Amino acid sequence: MKTAPFDYVRADSVADALAALGSADDARVLAGGQSLLPVMALRLATPELLVDISRCPELRTYRREDGVLTVGAAVPVRTLELDPAVGGAHPLLVRTLRLVAHPEIRARGTLCGSLAHADPAAELPALLLATDGEVEVAGPDGPRRVAAADLFTGPFGTALGEGELVVSARLPLPAPAARWAVDEVSRRPGDFALAGVVCGLELDGAGRCSSARVVLFGVAGTPVRAAGAEQLLLGERVTGAVLDAAAAAAFDGVEVVGDEVHASADYRRRAGRALVRRALAAVAEDRS
Amino acid sequence: MTRDPVRVTLRVNGRPETGWAEPRTTLADFLRQELGLTGTHVGCEQGVCGACTVVLDGAAVRSCLVFAVQADGCAVETVEGLAGEGAPGREAVHPLQTAFREASAVQCGFCTPGFLMTALVALRERDDWDRAALRERLGGNLCRCTGYQTVVDAVLAAAPEVRALEGEGGRR
Ligand SMILES: Cc1cc2nc3c(=O)[nH]c(=O)nc-3n(C[C@H](O)[C@H](O)[C@H](O)COP(=O)(O)OP(=O)(O)OC[C@H]3O[C@@H](n4cnc5c(N)ncnc54)[C@H](O)[C@@H]3O)c2cc1C
Ligand code: FES
Ligand code: FES
Repeated sequence: MKTAPFDYVRADSVADALAALGSADDARVLAGGQSLLPVMALRLATPELLVDISRCPELRTYRREDGVLTVGAAVPVRTLELDPAVGGAHPLLVRTLRLVAHPEIRARGTLCGSLAHADPAAELPALLLATDGEVEVAGPDGPRRVAAADLFTGPFGTALGEGELVVSARLPLPAPAARWAVDEVSRRPGDFALAGVVCGLELDGAGRCSSARVVLFGVAGTPVRAAGAEQLLLGERVTGAVLDAAAAAAFDGVEVVGDEVHASADYRRRAGRALVRRALAAVAEDRS
Repeated sequence: MTRDPVRVTLRVNGRPETGWAEPRTTLADFLRQELGLTGTHVGCEQGVCGACTVVLDGAAVRSCLVFAVQADGCAVETVEGLAGEGAPGREAVHPLQTAFREASAVQCGFCTPGFLMTALVALRERDDWDRAALRERLGGNLCRCTGYQTVVDAVLAAAPEVRALEGEGGRR
């Protein structure tokens, strides 16, 4: 289907973009368009004005500074994926990107767009949450930062306000001692996850777990921390029995959402537990 | 700011082309309807099938997920640009096209332009694809006829010749 008519403005600066966003009641940011165009083609959204940031020079840059990779809102994720410097600094990011859609979609889709879109089955919001990232936001009330833990409020819902623009995402680089894995169950490579996990462990000198992060995606309304699993891992040697227990507890307190088209809640829970077990084992043995 | 048609200029297969597009006109529809380049096919119009894949400033993209106004001033390669000049009055088809024909990688042909453009970029990225990695690299394109095996055969078979042709700067 074709989209409904709309007004279009190309923003050449963040100031331009904010002015344009403030000029119409129903204005939307257009970044890579890889989620917005399908949504508009299905007429699930009929914005009055699109503010295109995809060619805005100040948003097309990314940099590594003080242990943080800051990625501008107009950087296609394929650019990050193909940059050996990014792969060296943040291998988990590149492994995660390879699970997102297909190269042709990654050639235009952006990291910030995926975070703003907040699809509950998307990989990048889970990565942001697992690694304690945040977004830098510009808006009518000035700039602010929103931590991942506060950003995702529900399926396709974020804490972004009217007229606000995500300027960049800040991804803390994983500590050298930490081991990370990302894995998902999907029907075919490139499809959205029916269940997914990003997990990281740090072990102390005695082989005990000094820090644990387990974040699930594709199973609830937002990416969620598997607090039950994390607690069982902390302070323990990561033996098979501990990993079994952690995986079994991964869904404690998680409100799992299923649907009739893709996968039931029961399937997501069972596949998710197996996935957590597999990913934790990969991390524990460092073959992630 | 306008929803009226605006002028869009692209470099298509090396030639400057200008047309008019409403903001909501996708690059796919602009190529087909405004420029008459109907080789780019439109299937799902939501990024799922890959039939509309073209090369935009060097990257394979879904032309149904780009508005033509967004591509103003950019370089686009479409399936029409693959074949070069042959003997007088005839086109010389591209080695990828020959390989698709020889491997029976074309049945109804609806998916073929998208596969050809994806494969072209895949072979520019690297020319030492193994079968498993290539299958995944082409995994964004759907085909309802061939069962994919022959498509993968064709792209692997064409790799050396495409490399040689690209080494000469391609046919752009
Ligand atoms: C066939 C297909 C398969 C896909 N598979 C996956 C998958 O497996 N996993 C996955 O995660 N994604 C998948 N996607 C979605 C893809 O990754 C999108 O690129 C991404 O989710 C959105 O990024 P974008 O830059 O294209 O955003 P857009 O489509 O431009 O925007 C998406 C939404 O976010 C808003 N927005 C964008 N940027 C900003 C900003 N800077 N500030 C404020 N708001 C903003 C827009 O207004 C819009 O509402 C798929 C898409 C397709 C078409
Ligand atoms: S028509 Fe563009 S992906 Fe199907
Ligand atoms: S040949 Fe018919 S869809 Fe591929």
